[in-house]
Amino acid sequence: MQLSREDLLRAYRQMRTIREFEERVHLEFSAGGIPGFVHLYAGEEASGVGVCLDLTDRDVIASTHRGHGHCIAKGCDVKAMMGEIFGKRDGLCGGKGGSMHIADISKGMLGANGIVGGGPPLVCGAALTAKTLKTGGIAIAFCGDGASNQGTTAESMNLATVWKLPAIFVVEDNGYAESTASSWSVGGDALKRAEGFGMPGVRVDGFDFFAVHAAAREAIARARAGEGPSLLHVQLSRYYGHFEGDAMTYRGTDEVARLRAERDCLALFRRKVTEAGLLDAPALDAIDRASAALIEEAVAEAKSAAYPTEADLVTDVYAAY
Amino acid sequence: MSRKSFRQAINEALRQEMERDPTVVLMGEDVAGGMGAAGEQDAWGGPLGVTKGLLQHFGRERILDTPITESGFIGAAAGAAVTGLRPVAELMFVDFMGVCFDQIFNQAAKFKYMFGGKAKTPMVIRTMYGAGFRAASQHSQCLYPIFTHIPGLKVVIPSSPYEAKGLLIQSIRDDDPVIFFEHKVMYDLEEEVPDEPYAIPFGEANFVREGDDVTIVAFGRMVGFAAQAADAVAKAGISCTVIDPRTASPLDLGSILESVRETGRLVVVDEASPRCNLATDISAAVAEQAFEALKAPIRMVSPPHAPVPFSPALEDLYVPSVARIEAAVRATMSAGARRAA
Repeated sequence: MQLSREDLLRAYRQMRTIREFEERVHLEFSAGGIPGFVHLYAGEEASGVGVCLDLTDRDVIASTHRGHGHCIAKGCDVKAMMGEIFGKRDGLCGGKGGSMHIADISKGMLGANGIVGGGPPLVCGAALTAKTLKTGGIAIAFCGDGASNQGTTAESMNLATVWKLPAIFVVEDNGYAESTASSWSVGGDALKRAEGFGMPGVRVDGFDFFAVHAAAREAIARARAGEGPSLLHVQLSRYYGHFEGDAMTYRGTDEVARLRAERDCLALFRRKVTEAGLLDAPALDAIDRASAALIEEAVAEAKSAAYPTEADLVTDVYAAY
Repeated sequence: MSRKSFRQAINEALRQEMERDPTVVLMGEDVAGGMGAAGEQDAWGGPLGVTKGLLQHFGRERILDTPITESGFIGAAAGAAVTGLRPVAELMFVDFMGVCFDQIFNQAAKFKYMFGGKAKTPMVIRTMYGAGFRAASQHSQCLYPIFTHIPGLKVVIPSSPYEAKGLLIQSIRDDDPVIFFEHKVMYDLEEEVPDEPYAIPFGEANFVREGDDVTIVAFGRMVGFAAQAADAVAKAGISCTVIDPRTASPLDLGSILESVRETGRLVVVDEASPRCNLATDISAAVAEQAFEALKAPIRMVSPPHAPVPFSPALEDLYVPSVARIEAAVRATMSAGARRAA
């Protein structure tokens, strides 16, 4: 099915916003303004946006360490996200979660997760809620190639099949779990794992938004129809290290430069839509400018925002205690 | 009101809450049993029959048997809770926390805080604990101190059928993650239990005995032991207050401090391993906050720092006994007497 002009613009806007967000967080982190750990999604935008484009707030996703892109793709407020990453009181989580726990339940975003493989069991639960309460929603677990080797992911794939849940497992294989190559760490064929758990599995070119979107659309339709879970094995790459500060000495010398030049998902999107006459360059350029301006504002506001105070230290631990 | 066992009290609480609230679902290994098998459905109703009969009321959509996959379904309970269900997950033995703890303490316990107060995680994990079943080291531990340590979790340790029903109903209605501890040798214990639903609030201790000389604090199965010890020493003229805090988190420290200020003596009984357990926690708090009221050193009655043994000959030595509690009470009385003299 052809995407509407509006959908294409929305997809490009989200991908561009993620890129601007991550490139800027990279700079701000280097400048010392951002506390803690950050894990950047730059280079992987086509996956998060391609998977989430057709979702609504009733659908739920759980993310990974590398969660900023999934947040933006699921509709989280970009300025509140930036505030959170700077540790500010008006941040998306009041400055209590930070980059690794950024979440917005009201948007169906169950959080980035500081535990590799933490999300898939939660997604089984979210899918169970949708099935039990008949909301029509589905739930999607993003996990990396690293998390795909965790027992929680295997348990969740099995449980999703046994309970016939409206769930999708999206393995974003960016080639490295921290510094360890997935070509070494993932035993056997990742797609056959889907087969082993009785669900369809599809290998997807994660640099190509259209390929991701088409595969996701099929898996989403299957989940919504009550036909059970699916797995997407998305092959892509990240432009930055596992975390900011990772010198990436394990990567080839010109690996990232070549990826940026030859496989960039935003450049590929732009080329495809302009060549097909679906969108014109001025429309895309306008989005580029608007995204840059949004991130500029977000950073300025985050920097000037107030930190939480001592009064916030022990609130939100319990609903009532 | 009618006589009910601990098992029946829990079953009734589950049934009544599931009738009241359609978002309550039950999940766990063999909570009904027989799933996919040719024979009887509801074959087990849980390994000790606690959930038997619920299947016929609520069907397979709300009584969810799971594969043996604790990380999977305990995590699913957390994910379901934060998206709108009120799941009661059964972790068959608390010893199995080792294969799913991440989903409890890094996920469920922390959602509310990490997400800036915007998440609500109303889940209950019912779990069996305690020694006395000759079940040895991997099926007999208490482990509630580990959960009490984690901010964001509530820890409930009922001491009788009446307490179990009221505290489980409160646990299900509570908006925070609750770990509900059921002592496996208490399931056949009977007492009068109201037929209608009732909730016992968390963090409000129950005074099981009231006396002037010694305060005894105990949890779960040890509450009954403490009451027996109090009755025994009463014959020798020693009058004890026995406090059942009911919940280790939140803890009604105020009631304990108030009582110690009246009696001046404290014995804390805890079936959990002795290092960093509830007895050390309460003793430290009392020593810090009511030291001036103490007439004698605090006594702690706990098992030795060893795994739970298998042989009945050893296990009976391991579990704190009524006699050991009595001895601790007498010791604190005589220490106090020497000090007074």
